[in-house]
Amino acid sequence: MTVLKPGLALKSVTCTTDVMVIRAPAGSDVDLRCGGAPMVPSRGEAVALDPACAQGSLIGKRYVDAAEQFELLCTKGGEGALQINGEFLAVKIAKALPSSD
Amino acid sequence: MNLTMLLEMAADAFPERIAVTAGSESLTYAQLLAAARAAGATFRAGACEYVALLDVGGAAVPIAIFGAAYAGKPYVPLNYRLTAPELQELLARIAPARLIGGADHLQALTLPDAIEAVHTQDFVASALAAGPTAIEAPDSDDAVAVQLFTSGTTGKPKAALLRHENMLSYILGTVEFGGAGVDDAMLVTVPPYHIAGISAVLSSTYAARRLVLLPNFDAALWLRLCREHAISNAFLVPTMLSRIIEQLETEAQGAPPALRAIAYGGGKMPQAVIERAMALLPDVDFTNAYGLTETSSTIALLGPEDHRLAAASLDPSIRQRLISVGRPLDTIELQVRDAEGRVAAPGAAGDIYVRGAQVAGEYRGLGRIVDDEGWFPTRDRGWLDADGYLFLDGRADDIIVRGGENISPGEIEAVLSEHPDVAEVAVVAMPSEQWGETVAAAVVPAPGARADGAALQAWVRERLRSSRVPEHIVFRSELPYNDMGKLLRRVIRAQLQES
Repeated sequence: MTVLKPGLALKSVTCTTDVMVIRAPAGSDVDLRCGGAPMVPSRGEAVALDPACAQGSLIGKRYVDAAEQFELLCTKGGEGALQINGEFLAVKIAKALPSSD
Repeated sequence: MNLTMLLEMAADAFPERIAVTAGSESLTYAQLLAAARAAGATFRAGACEYVALLDVGGAAVPIAIFGAAYAGKPYVPLNYRLTAPELQELLARIAPARLIGGADHLQALTLPDAIEAVHTQDFVASALAAGPTAIEAPDSDDAVAVQLFTSGTTGKPKAALLRHENMLSYILGTVEFGGAGVDDAMLVTVPPYHIAGISAVLSSTYAARRLVLLPNFDAALWLRLCREHAISNAFLVPTMLSRIIEQLETEAQGAPPALRAIAYGGGKMPQAVIERAMALLPDVDFTNAYGLTETSSTIALLGPEDHRLAAASLDPSIRQRLISVGRPLDTIELQVRDAEGRVAAPGAAGDIYVRGAQVAGEYRGLGRIVDDEGWFPTRDRGWLDADGYLFLDGRADDIIVRGGENISPGEIEAVLSEHPDVAEVAVVAMPSEQWGETVAAAVVPAPGARADGAALQAWVRERLRSSRVPEHIVFRSELPYNDMGKLLRRVIRAQLQES
């Protein structure tokens, strides 16, 4: 279990995926996984990717749960799929803003 | 969180794309990342606590911004238009520091102790020549990313602090990663010491857009660069847009073909200028961006659709949105408060307060200037219309208090500038024995027009309450502006008091 808070960076142990927490309810202690294995603050020993959790993550995309309580930014892409408490996260469609600077 | 994340992501996904072009130099994102890491390692190894830049622009700007972030030291771009004594005083405040500067800028200075200077070209050359550098950026949520000295209307310049989390919140909240097309290019003409010059680097990096830097603005050169570099996006201050329009009207070439979007901000846009610009460049998307140094740049936007709807509308309340600064970003809360501190009704003017993760509102030595609930007073005055569009109405400090009555210079300036004999006007407070303060105006007459103060007073008297009639009117050949096109009211006030 990991306590998520905005700004926290986490890494996958099954692939190259890195994420940063954008939004999370205060004090939320969750089971955040990538490629089937829990994500960690710094990469240690590699764990085999679970083929059932290999839909991949894409750099620069935001991932949310269905209730949009949690939002993660993928800062490095990889082969594993992101899950929170067993639920696969989906790419959030960003609202396009005009370039202002 | 660290700003370096923006560059690492761009270099990971778009390593071969051009990141920055300055003069004849171009760097890809992979090269920029390598140079920033190398620069970061040298900043970290030295005794410096700050990384200062004193130059007009160039590839040194993004290398220094991201290099300082790798070293975990604040980046401090300095205004090269300041005098040598002013610059020396600022440098003494950030010692020990590394100073990257153009040869001509450094030559004029007597450097204070513990300022280690390096010429810009040597800095860039050694950062580019260094091999791969292993460096991990510190994870520094609350570390200071940027320190900007404000222009200091009264007293010593204040050092505004922007933390990594403030600037990252702004970029992540407003820019889509890799959102730029492969041919997009952004022409930046604001100086590196302005917040818009910093956010342009960060936004372009995260969008993976090519950045083209033009150090000294000139309208003809700007148009030439737009054509040569197939520029798609640009940021301008209103006076620059005004000069570009004049240039376009005298040139036979027409609009630069690749130009799709112009964002503007940093000062009040006259309605006539934006209307002419939209007519001359019908295919260009215009965006008005309102923000402050203390808010990590933009907090409200008037987008391209807003511009077109307003310009095409016959309804005066919609039409006037052309001179609004649009609506607050979704990630920003904004309130207009009346004199008693209550939230003002639509249409009623008051002080603008903002809140949000990008709002720093902090100065070195003074701490965060926010109220108990985290609201930052912008010191700008304004009002919201019924649909939430924000209209600015000058600075709180410029309000004229005449016999207990608050008078906004803006409404008097608007009336005076409609007079055919008036080219430019500024209304300011003058000390008055009878009223405490009274209204004074400095006017630049239209070409060939008479300088008739009594006629202008009569013009105001016919249109506004008698308290608004300027007691003193002086005529000038020009009004003082800073290099961002901002009217310097304090200079006018000082001149009026002397005369």
